[in-house]
Amino acid sequence: MDILLNYGTVFLTGGIICSIGQILVDKTKLSPARILTLFVTLGVIFTFLGIYEPIVEFGKCGATVPISGFGYSLFKGTVKAINERGFIGIFTGGITATAGGVAAAIVFGFLASLFAKPTIK
Amino acid sequence: MNTNLNISNSEYDDLISQKAQKSPILRNVIAAFIVGGLICVLGQFINNKMLNLGIDKETASTITSISLIFLAALLTSLNLFSRIGRFAGTGATVPITGFSNSIVAPAIEYKSEGYILGLGANMFKVAGPVLVYGISTSVILGFVYYLLNYVF
Amino acid sequence: MKIGKQTIKLESKPCIYSTSSIVGPKEMQGPLAQYFELHIKDVFFEEKSFEKAESKMLETCINNLLVKTGVSQSDVDVIFSGDLLNQCISSGFAMRNFDIPFLGLYGACSTFCEGLLLSSILIESNAAKQVVASASSHFCSAERQFRMPLEHGNQKSPLAQSTVTGCGSALVTNRAVADNGIHITHVTPGKIIDLGVTDMSNMGAAMAPSVYSTISNHLTDTGRTIDYYDCIFTGDLGVHGSDMLHELFKREGIDISKNHKDCGVLIYDEQNQDVNSGGSGCGCIASVFSSYIFNELKAKNLKKILLIATGALMSPTSSNQGESIPGIAHAIAIENEV
Repeated sequence: MDILLNYGTVFLTGGIICSIGQILVDKTKLSPARILTLFVTLGVIFTFLGIYEPIVEFGKCGATVPISGFGYSLFKGTVKAINERGFIGIFTGGITATAGGVAAAIVFGFLASLFAKPTIK
Repeated sequence: MNTNLNISNSEYDDLISQKAQKSPILRNVIAAFIVGGLICVLGQFINNKMLNLGIDKETASTITSISLIFLAALLTSLNLFSRIGRFAGTGATVPITGFSNSIVAPAIEYKSEGYILGLGANMFKVAGPVLVYGISTSVILGFVYYLLNYVF
Repeated sequence: MKIGKQTIKLESKPCIYSTSSIVGPKEMQGPLAQYFELHIKDVFFEEKSFEKAESKMLETCINNLLVKTGVSQSDVDVIFSGDLLNQCISSGFAMRNFDIPFLGLYGACSTFCEGLLLSSILIESNAAKQVVASASSHFCSAERQFRMPLEHGNQKSPLAQSTVTGCGSALVTNRAVADNGIHITHVTPGKIIDLGVTDMSNMGAAMAPSVYSTISNHLTDTGRTIDYYDCIFTGDLGVHGSDMLHELFKREGIDISKNHKDCGVLIYDEQNQDVNSGGSGCGCIASVFSSYIFNELKAKNLKKILLIATGALMSPTSSNQGESIPGIAHAIAIENEV
């Protein structure tokens, strides 16, 4: 029961965040690229305002896996670095915290392109 | 202009919205909710496994991100991610899997223009703005945070 | 001879002597499959890029036209050809292997009729005896130029259209050289009409007003009515664009829905082929005219048609700069007079 409840909040939070994106795509003329940019920026701002942390506590990966969670990690990393290293942390913190994901995407993209071909189904 | 057309731009715009087939929004939102939710659940599952192995919280969440990014990259290179995206919309593109797809898809596509100016230069064609605005916002707000906590 | 405001009456009635078509795998799954002469099994057509594949399709298509009509390259006075890619590379590169003067055209999806129109005028003026008009498009090369990478997981708007992988070529001749009874009698070059549509995924609606303008000017200039033609074929308005065209005529109390067909609607099975509002691209009207429509003309199932290719003259740059989409439509009146 605990497990179900645990994953339930994750599912709910992730589902709601994605649904908001879908409504924006269908109702406005915002393209997916704009939605992603909007979400990551809002993720940073909401974390700064202290709104995103409670969402993460409630939804865990439901809040961190969506791209807004990337914004959350960026700002959390920035704060951590500022607290540890002072002023220079403003510049180093965000990318340090998200380095794993970005490097992985670049390398996997490069590797994928070595053997994959685009096609239509 | 438009000599024999006695319809104004705004009248024509109204006519379009009247006649245009709307996106099936309810179907799209349900698909996005379920697929998006499931991807997050998968992330949580990986995360929990890592924590159970005694890995610290921060490393566990990085491994989670990398795993999902790998999975999406794999599906993209097998020509399957575009199908999932067509079905689930933002359910597939808003999670970190979409970030991965938006880097891998142009990498595969632009290889035909060479490794440097094709693949290399176009990899961030779609995902570039996410990094530009995400990082810029975090640096600016980081500066504000620094001022509030260490200067004033 | 120019008649009325924008129509040219061709006294010599140049002949469309023969056509040739080639399409991709998806088009072969559509309802017109039996009419296409050639097809490719794989979108790469054994080439390394989609652009090269498109170019090879065009070359194959023109070659086929010359082979089957037995016309030698030295007897073709000019080739008009165009496509959707930057600097018209599909056409330019395809022409490397022909020893024929080449005039490249860009009219977006209106290119095929622009080519037919110029061909017939060259012949009318006695500047040429045999001219080839061609146009091509390829789904994959068009997607990467105008939209997102193919493997990107985005959802398409229900109004969006799917670029046809295909190519069509027609041999237009002076009747003294070759004649089969299928003649171009009038041509009406279109004017740019822009009613402020900015949605890149709604080209049909952006182009419909220009079609309306061209048709109504053509009818006024020639003194004809809609009923004069057995059918009016538009290029790639799609389901939604056709709807908009019918609405524009309905406002004037004219019902054209009965004798209007759109090549973008004809070429795919809209219900089962995941093409949203239908087909588009230079190759759409080019391949459908060069196969199905030309067949129907030869078989005399159709005797008088008005062929209207429709173009949306925007680019990703203009669209990103917030510009609206200028539409254009060129009409060719074709009659089987045998």
